[in-house]
Amino acid sequence: MRIDAKGMHFAALNGLIRDSADGEIVIDNVLGQRYIAAGAAGRHIVVRGVPGNALGAYMNGCRVDVYGSAQDAVGDTMNDGVIVVHGSCGDTAGYAMRGGRIFIEGDAGYRVGIHMKEYGSAVPCIVVGGRAGSYLGEYQAGGRIVVLGIGSEGRQCVGDFTSTGMHGGKIYVRGGCIPADLPRQTEVRAVTDKSELAPLVRDFCTCFGFDADALLADDYFMLVPSTAYIYKTLYVNRPD
Amino acid sequence: MDEEYDNVPVRDELREGNVRIPSGCAVFGCLSRSGRRMSASGAVDAMTYMHDRSNGLGGGFAGYGIYPDFPDCYAFHVFYDNEHAREETESFLKARFDISGMERIPTRKVYGIRGAPLVWRYFGVLRPEIAAHTPLDEEEYVCRSVIHINTKIKGAYVFSSGKNMGVFKGVGYPEDVGEYYRLGDYSGYCWTAHGRYPTNTPGWWGGAHPFNILNYTVVHNGEISSYDANRRFIEMYGYKCTLQTDTEVITYIIDYLHRRRGLTLPDVAKVIAPPFWSQIERMETSERERYTLLRNMYASLLVTGPFSIILGYSGGMMALNDRLKLRGMVAAEKNDVTYVASEECAVRAVCPEPDRIWYPAGGEPVIVELTEGNGK
Repeated sequence: MRIDAKGMHFAALNGLIRDSADGEIVIDNVLGQRYIAAGAAGRHIVVRGVPGNALGAYMNGCRVDVYGSAQDAVGDTMNDGVIVVHGSCGDTAGYAMRGGRIFIEGDAGYRVGIHMKEYGSAVPCIVVGGRAGSYLGEYQAGGRIVVLGIGSEGRQCVGDFTSTGMHGGKIYVRGGCIPADLPRQTEVRAVTDKSELAPLVRDFCTCFGFDADALLADDYFMLVPSTAYIYKTLYVNRPD
Repeated sequence: MDEEYDNVPVRDELREGNVRIPSGCAVFGCLSRSGRRMSASGAVDAMTYMHDRSNGLGGGFAGYGIYPDFPDCYAFHVFYDNEHAREETESFLKARFDISGMERIPTRKVYGIRGAPLVWRYFGVLRPEIAAHTPLDEEEYVCRSVIHINTKIKGAYVFSSGKNMGVFKGVGYPEDVGEYYRLGDYSGYCWTAHGRYPTNTPGWWGGAHPFNILNYTVVHNGEISSYDANRRFIEMYGYKCTLQTDTEVITYIIDYLHRRRGLTLPDVAKVIAPPFWSQIERMETSERERYTLLRNMYASLLVTGPFSIILGYSGGMMALNDRLKLRGMVAAEKNDVTYVASEECAVRAVCPEPDRIWYPAGGEPVIVELTEGNGK
């Protein structure tokens, strides 16, 4: 199914998508329509243009390819599926994400992966090709965030207050520019074992055509919550 | 003429401050650095793409460079509830200003725009005998005259009082407000716009954005939690917050800091949205001392809570987010025009292929001004 979304209200557009029996949907001339692929499952949706806020919110297993930039709250509380943005995105990408993967070719705004969590085999992942704004991984409780900083080599590619309140999951950052203001509950480690990182970087490169071997040859550091401060020992499992 | 919807009084219990309706907004701004006058229809179009951020209870626009025939006159735009308020205001204005033009602002009937007050405008310069005798400087005198009308003349509200600029606002969706005021007939080098979910208040014509004093206009998306602390401070300096809405107080803060105290706009931005103390501690000595001074001097003017604002002023525009960046803001450039908006779609609606597009950081102002030699 092919939809020309020019001038179409989001409710009408999303109604067309919901009512379609097609597995493959291409939407042209998208400009600001919210909630595309929200709650959807089992589709491949191609978005040409700039989708509105909350793209793929609560999504439960679609593949969404965006040829343009995305706005705020991409994959908000997303459960499963893949979102690929051939551009940059606004704030709070992957807000409270519970599963699935988000690949952003360019930069991402503030609060990427805030409140992201994981359970069992559901481990959400976000890969940002460019820079990420402040409060990256704020209150992160699980999942993986990778910031590659392509084009920002030699400079810090994450903003201020990274990993504030982080108590689970991991943040991988390419390069050696470690933020000076990391909170005391986060620990910085050099990445020596790239076995978890490599498939994410390779998938990112498959989406956007970067050289995975070259990216993986670089140094990375990793942020993880330090066991001394994590909240999971706050009320239960307390060391005596 | 059909008088049915003219001059329908607003019920008192629905005035600002009597009702709380919690809710967000859309903001947009564009400025041509070369001073090229752009039709308002671009700003109106941009706002239609953010329609769902508004709720039909407020919309407005500010245009700069729109009155080239009266470049040196104060252009007063005034809402009246009744003819009596108009007579009283006009005699007040005529006693102080030489009025070279006055008219009802041309409007068009639009579905969705109701309860409009009488809307008039006046072009005037301060009478020389007043200017010669007042101990105040001219702008301060004009500012106090506006505050006088807004607080002392019942049923009158001056909602625009700058030179060669004007605010057009009302209750309705922004695109309908633009249609109502026939904004397609105006062109200016800078436009700012707002679509309003009234934050906590019911939405009256005077309470719509942009808020204005002299040449300053502010459109605002957010809700500041420091309102009362800011209001108490600013009211010590002669301002009266008549609408109990946070954007009004931001407008006065900027007027106070920029016009009266003479701070630069980057410093104004650092008073309103200062760096955190933990960030200040890591700065170089001179920078650290400067930010410490600003924070200590104007502690009561720190604006907390989520906001993205666009300030319009004579010859320029400044966009600013709160330091936590709790509201969206995107900026873009194409040739001589800089755009800022709550959402990227609004920029691309009027400028499909910008040369550069970026997301300003919280507390980092985006300031654009006319380049040297381009008339205001």
